[in-house]
Amino acid sequence: MAPPAEVLAVRGLSKSFPGVRALDDVDLTLHPGEVHALIGENGAGKSTLIKLLTGVYRPDAGDIVFQGRTVSFGTPLEAQKAGISTIYQEVNLIPLLSVARNLFLGREPRNRFGLLDSARMNREAEEALREYGVRVDVRRPLRTLGVGAQQMVALARAVASEARIVIMDEPTSSLEPREVETLFSVIRRLRDEGIAVVYVSHRLDELYAVCDTVTVLRDGRRVHHGRLAELDRLSLVSTMLGRELGEVRQEGLTKFTGDHHATDSRPVLEAVGLTVPHKLNEVSVSIRPGEVVGLGGLLGSGRTETAKAISGALATSSGRVTVAGVPLRGGSTPAAIRAGISLLPEDRKSEGIVPGLSVRENISLAVLPRLSRFGLVSEARVDSIVDTFIERLRIKASSPQQKVGELSGGNQQKVLLARWLAMNPKVLLLDEPTRGIDVGAKAEVQKLVDELAADGLGVLLISSDLEELIEGSDRVVVLKDGAVVGELTGDEVTEDKLMRTIAGHAPEKDAVEEAASDG
Amino acid sequence: MTATKTDAPVAPAGDGKQAAATEPVGSARSERLSALVQQHGALAVLVVVSLVASFSFDSFATGDNVGNMATSSAFLAIVALGMTFVIITGGIDLSVGSLFALGGVLAAWGSRHGTLVALLLPLVVCGAIGVVNGLLVARSRLAPFIVTLAAMLGARGLMLALTDEGANTYLIGKGSFLAELGQGTTLGLGNPVWITLALFVAGAVVLRRTRFGQHVYAVGGNEDAAALMGAPVARTKILVYTLSGVLAGLAGALNAAWLASGVTILGNGMELDAIAAVVIGGTLLTGGLGYVSGSLVGVLLLRVIQNVINQVGSLDSSYQQVVSGAFLALVVIAQTWLGRRRQLL
Amino acid sequence: MAEATLKTVPLDKARVMQWLQTYGVYAGVALLLVVNIAITPHFLSAENFRTQAVQVAPVIIVALGMALVIGTEGVDLSVGAVMALAASVTALYLGYGLLPALLVVAVFAAVVGLANGALVAFVGVQPIVATLALMVGGRGVALVLLPQLEDLRNPSLASLGSGDVLGIPYLILIATVLALLVAFVVRRTTFGRQLLAIGDSRPAAELAGLPVRRVLILVYVGCALLAAVAGVLATARLQASDPTSLGNLMELSAITAVVVGGTPLTGGRVNIAGTVAGAVLIQLLTATLIKHDLPPSWTQIAQAIVIVAAVYAARGRGKR
Repeated sequence: MAPPAEVLAVRGLSKSFPGVRALDDVDLTLHPGEVHALIGENGAGKSTLIKLLTGVYRPDAGDIVFQGRTVSFGTPLEAQKAGISTIYQEVNLIPLLSVARNLFLGREPRNRFGLLDSARMNREAEEALREYGVRVDVRRPLRTLGVGAQQMVALARAVASEARIVIMDEPTSSLEPREVETLFSVIRRLRDEGIAVVYVSHRLDELYAVCDTVTVLRDGRRVHHGRLAELDRLSLVSTMLGRELGEVRQEGLTKFTGDHHATDSRPVLEAVGLTVPHKLNEVSVSIRPGEVVGLGGLLGSGRTETAKAISGALATSSGRVTVAGVPLRGGSTPAAIRAGISLLPEDRKSEGIVPGLSVRENISLAVLPRLSRFGLVSEARVDSIVDTFIERLRIKASSPQQKVGELSGGNQQKVLLARWLAMNPKVLLLDEPTRGIDVGAKAEVQKLVDELAADGLGVLLISSDLEELIEGSDRVVVLKDGAVVGELTGDEVTEDKLMRTIAGHAPEKDAVEEAASDG
Repeated sequence: MTATKTDAPVAPAGDGKQAAATEPVGSARSERLSALVQQHGALAVLVVVSLVASFSFDSFATGDNVGNMATSSAFLAIVALGMTFVIITGGIDLSVGSLFALGGVLAAWGSRHGTLVALLLPLVVCGAIGVVNGLLVARSRLAPFIVTLAAMLGARGLMLALTDEGANTYLIGKGSFLAELGQGTTLGLGNPVWITLALFVAGAVVLRRTRFGQHVYAVGGNEDAAALMGAPVARTKILVYTLSGVLAGLAGALNAAWLASGVTILGNGMELDAIAAVVIGGTLLTGGLGYVSGSLVGVLLLRVIQNVINQVGSLDSSYQQVVSGAFLALVVIAQTWLGRRRQLL
Repeated sequence: MAEATLKTVPLDKARVMQWLQTYGVYAGVALLLVVNIAITPHFLSAENFRTQAVQVAPVIIVALGMALVIGTEGVDLSVGAVMALAASVTALYLGYGLLPALLVVAVFAAVVGLANGALVAFVGVQPIVATLALMVGGRGVALVLLPQLEDLRNPSLASLGSGDVLGIPYLILIATVLALLVAFVVRRTTFGRQLLAIGDSRPAAELAGLPVRRVLILVYVGCALLAAVAGVLATARLQASDPTSLGNLMELSAITAVVVGGTPLTGGRVNIAGTVAGAVLIQLLTATLIKHDLPPSWTQIAQAIVIVAAVYAARGRGKR
């Protein structure tokens, strides 16, 4: 059987942003009826690739050949009209408009007076959606549907617009298991109809359940492509993370010394059974003074959510947090900060720094009330604290008056660290503290984390950088799909073990399963 | 090879303890209830207030009083119709009061050159100001409130410039078609009332049964998604501000015809009444949801309350503003609260 | 390294824009002064400056509060209504003496500010909408309390409106003191810094544990109190309480002064000196047109154009 002509052929696609080569000479081929997994960690270039395919960005180099013709889309709408539809993680429909009107927006059936034929629209919408397992009153506003049903409407809309390729960007991140099943059956139907699907997800189980082929991106390059079934889970994880299995662990790749050792004292932080609907399921973490606890897991496994839930920034439906034996009440950020918890958020630019304010004001932001009397800021005390931290963390700014928005990523991160250290916290939650900062600053931040732990702070470290996580942590709690799936202690804290845990291999069953999937 | 595929368990997303089936049912009922309150709450209040008023005041439910209320509501209703479109797109138009006054003056001034000029001039000039509003909002992406606030000032300036700083009041000759349009009655109801009703029917059809109407809702509901779904976002915005300008000018012209002169001091604060009426009528100030019929009910409710305040001799007419403001605040609080509750469900 | 080299090219243009945004308003004021000195007879008289300053003082006071609100990425449309409310309440309670009347005015203003702040901070209503309700209702209450213009004969109120110290009218003194006070609050207090942080990045402010709601409520209360001061002063100058027209379109003048003065509508920055200069600029523009016998209609059209131009120019600034 001759393979059907390819529907999409991407050759040598490259895209750079100031200071970053987001995508470097990437190829991608899709055939009709192919379900293609596109995977990679943060910054691997997945979203850049999708945005290039759908006309959000223009490539710097390379061709996109769609159905035999070289195309260059100016907007997502053009791509969509040509036949490349995208289902986003966040449903991109109009929540207040009725289901039927959402489905038909822009191509509504009209009667002979040129007016919308509501009855026909509703009838056809109902029929169309039934095929996707959605049985609802289509006159209801879209937002009254569950997220899964909304996603089905988006999917039905994409397919109805005669898509040849449907790109699904983490479609299951907020779906119930039952809804995931429906989605899969729809995907299989699309496959049977000859529509190519690009499936982006971090849930390995899902990938193996629906995808035929796979492209793995890392640091903007394609590092693997081929049939998914020929790649077992462990290899997939190691390819994605860029670590060879069984590779001898090299010491000294990071600035972590690992000198600090947790005392036997009581935990400074205890989080028990944190649950956030759709995001976290009974996550428990405890940290002793002087201990660095790593949170491992793939993107979307609930690491950031865990940190946010502990710091009161994400409302939990159940679970409790105690700091040095004192239960945290209120679950609000100010309460957590008062209790001694400090969070360095993942999204430094929008949740961390206040870009328009100066270095000085950013550092003193949280501690300001302590440096004030009757609401009047003591400038001398602010200066002394700011100077201390600028020197201690070696923050490079033209002056303390420089706007933080103008600093480099590494210095921004140091400013944020200074903001929290000025508060004398008991627990530091570091969410990707070294992402997107240069090598020098990275080493400094890592060294600092070590020092802080040695001084008796409890540190929770989240990092997609395996070396950093392994060398920096005394213990690693591994998350998967919002739940704790394992904990590595002592000698177990190795990349091998971590990847195995992420891939869902119970250590003793390794050999059997690998043999099975290899064969 | 296929074995791996079928063997693999389907990803349990957070164990899925919450039964998916029950969630939509519970929220559907409360959604229906809140939609009902949203859409018809004002109507219920209107009916109750009217009933109470007709039992309390002998002069309330008389043909004269009702006719007067209807005619005097007509002009605000036309302005509110345009405002409904603007608010559904998530915008706001504060210039309508000034455009109303400008429209009246232009109509009266133009009536010397014939009915056609008298009718077209206000529509064209006010529509043009609406286009400018729309361009600044849609293309230059300026905040609607500040753009239309400036237009309010500019339009009032223009109106004053036309009337020797308000000293000159142009009259509309008796017996002209324009005067008849404003002052005459058909089947016992004032002509402006019929025109208003016709406009509302047309407005409802446009909003519910045309693609433009769908775009209006889509732009207000989620602008980014609307653009991705192919709705012409900028064009839609420009059109609604234009429509609002045209309707405000028309309302002003009809009002001038009714009064037989282009009164310069009218229209002050009318934008607030129009916004209040639209919001009371169930249109979300955040956009994406709204009803033309609700705005009509909102206008009538404001007018009936004003009438009641007038009937109670001891109450000053300024209570009207207090009531409008309080209503506005209450409705907005209720909307925000309902909206948040729905998201939580 | 790469970022540094990339930045050098557009830096010059950016610097010019930056300069214009920060100092353009002063240049405008200077230009208008020069033009007026050249073409307007008797412009350089102490009497003229006094008149101009007295006229602009209430606008400046309202604009100070507006600048704080805009600094939090909000807006307060109810300032005109609060001025009217202050006028009526002053008239009603002046019988008990000036000070008691002022206290009652402060209470009323604080209630309006609290209502605005609570709607914005707790209910989560957009600032425009929340303050719109108070704009409608506030003037209604003012008119209910005092249906029409009432002449006020109270010596202390009269001296507040037209008295002076060493030739400087009280109005100007009060506006100056308030401007300095607000500038001090913005620069030197915890509250001021928190306000700017909230306006610049609310998520970051929340994660940094700032008392976001408390700050927002205080900002709206402060804005209402300042508007009330302006209302009382305007009433004192008129020697009459005029709730029907006092403060009409004041929200527009205040927003214009703030925006022209270099405070972006996107929040995170408050330029008090610029706000004062912005109010002066509008005042001079109006005065220039009036002194050359251009009718008020032209003034309004000119003001409309200045507003749109200022907002348009400020479009690119602010965040990112």
